[in-house]
Amino acid sequence: MTEIKASMAGNVWKITVNEGDKVEEDQDVVILESMKMEIPIPAEEDGTVKELKVAEGDFVNEGDTIAIVE
Amino acid sequence: MNYINDLKERIDKIEKGGHEKYHQKNEEKGKMFVRSRLKQLFDEDIDVEDAFFANNMADGLPSDGVVTGIGRIHGQDVCVMANDSTVKAGSWGKRTVEKIIRIQETAAKLEIPMLYLVDSAGARITDQIEMFPGRRGAGRIFHNQIKLSGRVPQVCLLFGPSAAGGAYIPAFCDIVVMVDGNASMYLGSPRMAEKVIGEKVSLEEMGGAKMHTSVSGVGDVLVKSEEEAISYTRHYLSYFPPNFREKPAAVEPKTVKQFEKSITELIPENQNAPFNMLDLIKQLIDEDSFCEIKKKFAPELITGLSRIDGKAVGIIANQPRMKGGVLFPDSADKAAKFIQLCDAFNIPLLFLMDIPGFMIGTKVEQAGIIRHGAKMLATMSEATVPKISVVVRKAYGAGLYAMAGPAFEPDACLALPTAQIAVMGPEAAVNAVYANKIAELPEEERPQFVKEKQEEYKDNIDIYRLASEMVVDAVVDPDKLRSELIKRYQIYEAKNVTFTERKHGVYPV
Repeated sequence: MTEIKASMAGNVWKITVNEGDKVEEDQDVVILESMKMEIPIPAEEDGTVKELKVAEGDFVNEGDTIAIVE
Repeated sequence: MNYINDLKERIDKIEKGGHEKYHQKNEEKGKMFVRSRLKQLFDEDIDVEDAFFANNMADGLPSDGVVTGIGRIHGQDVCVMANDSTVKAGSWGKRTVEKIIRIQETAAKLEIPMLYLVDSAGARITDQIEMFPGRRGAGRIFHNQIKLSGRVPQVCLLFGPSAAGGAYIPAFCDIVVMVDGNASMYLGSPRMAEKVIGEKVSLEEMGGAKMHTSVSGVGDVLVKSEEEAISYTRHYLSYFPPNFREKPAAVEPKTVKQFEKSITELIPENQNAPFNMLDLIKQLIDEDSFCEIKKKFAPELITGLSRIDGKAVGIIANQPRMKGGVLFPDSADKAAKFIQLCDAFNIPLLFLMDIPGFMIGTKVEQAGIIRHGAKMLATMSEATVPKISVVVRKAYGAGLYAMAGPAFEPDACLALPTAQIAVMGPEAAVNAVYANKIAELPEEERPQFVKEKQEEYKDNIDIYRLASEMVVDAVVDPDKLRSELIKRYQIYEAKNVTFTERKHGVYPV
C-alpha cells in the first residue's frame, strides 16, 4: 500500500481515476493547479486505487495524502 | 635469501586484509574487498601504493585499515584512499588518518583528482589522542578537502557507513555516489539517537542511501551495486579535466538519433500544460551522453553533464513535469552546487528555461526560499565559463533571473518562438492589475473582460517585441537549436574573464 502525496501546495483541478481503477507506475492520478500551472501527480507504482482522499476543488498542502494505492 | 621470502610473506599477509570472517560478512552484503574495488576502478590496478606497511607491527591491522595510492582512470593519474572494512570495520587510527592526509597532499602537489572510497565505522576511540584533536588529526582531512575543493575533482564512493565526523568526507566532495542498502551517513547512530534524544528510528530512515539522495540531498547518486558505483564514477570523471587549470577533454562527436517527435512538436502551446524537459535535452545533446546528478532530489530542476558535439556541457533545466518546474529551496540549492562544480572545472553551462517562478507561500518562506534562491543567483552570476540561456517557454519573475537571464551576462540569451518573458503570467497579471475593476463588473461580463485583458497582455510580452527591444539575442527555430548551440559554444571557447577582484564574496548561504 502506498500513499500518493501532493508534491506541492495547490488546488485539486482534475481527478483522472476512480476508486477501484487499476493504475500503472507514472500514470497520473490527480492534476493539481498551482502557480497557474498544471501539476500532474503520478502513481509511484502499479496497483489499484483503494481510496481517493480529495475532491476536485479541494486545497491540498505539500505532503497531504491524495489517494491510496494498493 | 631468507629476507626475500620474509618480505614476500609479509606482503602476502597484508594484502589479504582482515580476518576471513569479515571477508565473508562483507560478501554476504554484496560488498567487494577493498583491493578488488580498486582493481575495478582503475584502468588496470593501483599503480603505486604508499604506507602499505603502516602499523604492520601491530596484530590484525594491515595497512592500518586503509589503502592509499595512485592509479589511472581513462589514462589519467588519480589519487585514492580506500577504507578496508575487514580491518576493525574500517575505523581510523593514527596511521589511517596520516595516510589519508598524505595522499591528499599528493593530490594537491600533483593537481590530480582525489577519490574517497569510504566504508568506515569512524574513529578508533582507543587511538583518540593520536588521531582526533591535533594538527595532523582527522580534522586535517577535512581542512585539506576544503582546500582541494575546486582545484581538483573530489569524488566520494560510499560503500558502507560514513559515521560521525567521517560523514564530513562525503560532505566536502563534489559528488557522493551511494550504494543502496549498504551506504549510510549520519552524525549519531540510531542507537545513540535513542539514548541521547529518545528517538527510535532505523538506520535506513535516518541515514540511508535512498533518504540522502532524495530527501536531504547530501548524497547525489543512488546506485544498486558497487559495480554500478564504480562505472558511474569512471563515466562521471570523463567529463572533467584533472584540475582547474585545464579544460575537459573533448571526445569524438556523436550525432543525435532521429526522434519520433521534433522539438517543435514536443513543446505544448499552452504554457501551463506540462511536458517532459528530458525529451528536449535528448534532442540537443550527443546520443547517450547525459550523466544526471541528483536525479531523485528536487526533480523540478534537472542538472547533469552532457556532451554537445563531443564537448562537455553542464545542463540546468526546469522540469515542467515535476511541481510545474517551479523553483523551491531544494532545487535552488541543487542548482547552486552544480553551477559551482561546472564553473570550477571549466565546463560550459546551458540553462533551459520553462519556469513559472519561485514557489510562494508560508511553507517556503519559512524554509528561507529567498536566501536559497539568492545562492543560486550568486553562483550563476559568478560563473565565468561560456554560459548560454535558452527561453524555451515561460520565464516569469525571478525565475528569469535565476536561470541566467539577460542581466546576468550570459554569452547569449536565446529564445524559441514559444518563449514568454514577463514579471508574471497573463492570468496572474490581469488579476493583479484589474482586481478592483473585475469585482465591479457584473458577473456575466467578467470572463469576456479577463480574456480581452489577457490577450492584450500577451501581445505586450510578445517574444518578437522583446527581440526588437534586444532583450534576447536571437529567436531560434527549435529544430535548429542544437546547431546554434554548437556554433556558439565553439566561439565562446575563447572566453577568458575574471568575475571581479576581491578576496571572496559574502555568500547568501
